[in-house]
Amino acid sequence: MKPRPADIRCLVLAFALTLAPLVARSATATELLGNYAQQSGRPAAAARGQALFTSQHGRDWSCASCHGATPVRPGQHAATGKPIGALAPAANAERFTDPAKVEKWFRRNCNDVLGRECAPAEKADVLAWLITLNP
Amino acid sequence: MKHAPSSPRISRRAAARRWLALLAAAGTVIAAHADDIGRGVPLPPNYQHECGACHLAYPPGLLPAASWQRLMANLPRHFGTDASLDAATGPAIANWLTANAGTYKKAREAPPQDRISHADWFVREHRELGSAVWQRPAVKSASNCAACHTRAADGRFGEHDIRIPQ
Repeated sequence: MKPRPADIRCLVLAFALTLAPLVARSATATELLGNYAQQSGRPAAAARGQALFTSQHGRDWSCASCHGATPVRPGQHAATGKPIGALAPAANAERFTDPAKVEKWFRRNCNDVLGRECAPAEKADVLAWLITLNP
Repeated sequence: MKHAPSSPRISRRAAARRWLALLAAAGTVIAAHADDIGRGVPLPPNYQHECGACHLAYPPGLLPAASWQRLMANLPRHFGTDASLDAATGPAIANWLTANAGTYKKAREAPPQDRISHADWFVREHRELGSAVWQRPAVKSASNCAACHTRAADGRFGEHDIRIPQ
């Protein structure tokens, strides 16, 4: 028996609703950059992002200590040696697709490197720089 | 009336040989598993994901419950870094670790600073290496089990799976 148009519409709707939560959580680096820049109230600057990423801020580690100075290749945890996947979105399709994960790691790692939370402007700058990197 | 023999009786010597063979086999099996302190407990995805990002997701049996509880209560200051979790995930992982913590001889005592690598049994097992091995770039740290224990992610730390990098 041929499926009626109403049946097909129901199926498509059910399918879309099932996938919607997954789609809603997914983002792109560019979208996240836009959000942070908007929160900060000023345009992001990649050069500032690179400077922040590769400098020490009064503590033992910089971001580069684990991620590398040009994070298009896998890095290595500065203390444990555990391999860390490349951070630049162009080198690693998983990066910056999960906003909650991004926030979690900014919280932890900015605390390690700067001893405080990163401001939205700083997150935007870092993202702006990472997006320019190509493997 | 003469009975037919029901089965050939083995000599006492043969019986002793059988027992010895059985004991040797059992001993070999037990010895082979002695290094597998970590094997047997599947690691839940949240533990692998959260606690395996910076180091091996250590098998919970390697530490006693008291150690795990202290570690989980101090994640913002986790051996010099911020390893904090969100309000839902932290307690869930803490409960699982406590429930699967080490209880038998090796892991009964809390090691100094709750560090697996400072436990008596760990120091003993790795004594023959010498301190230089830990400095090798490919190894870097005693917390980096997987550098040499090629099946550490499966909770297998036996001799046959070890390859020490140069």
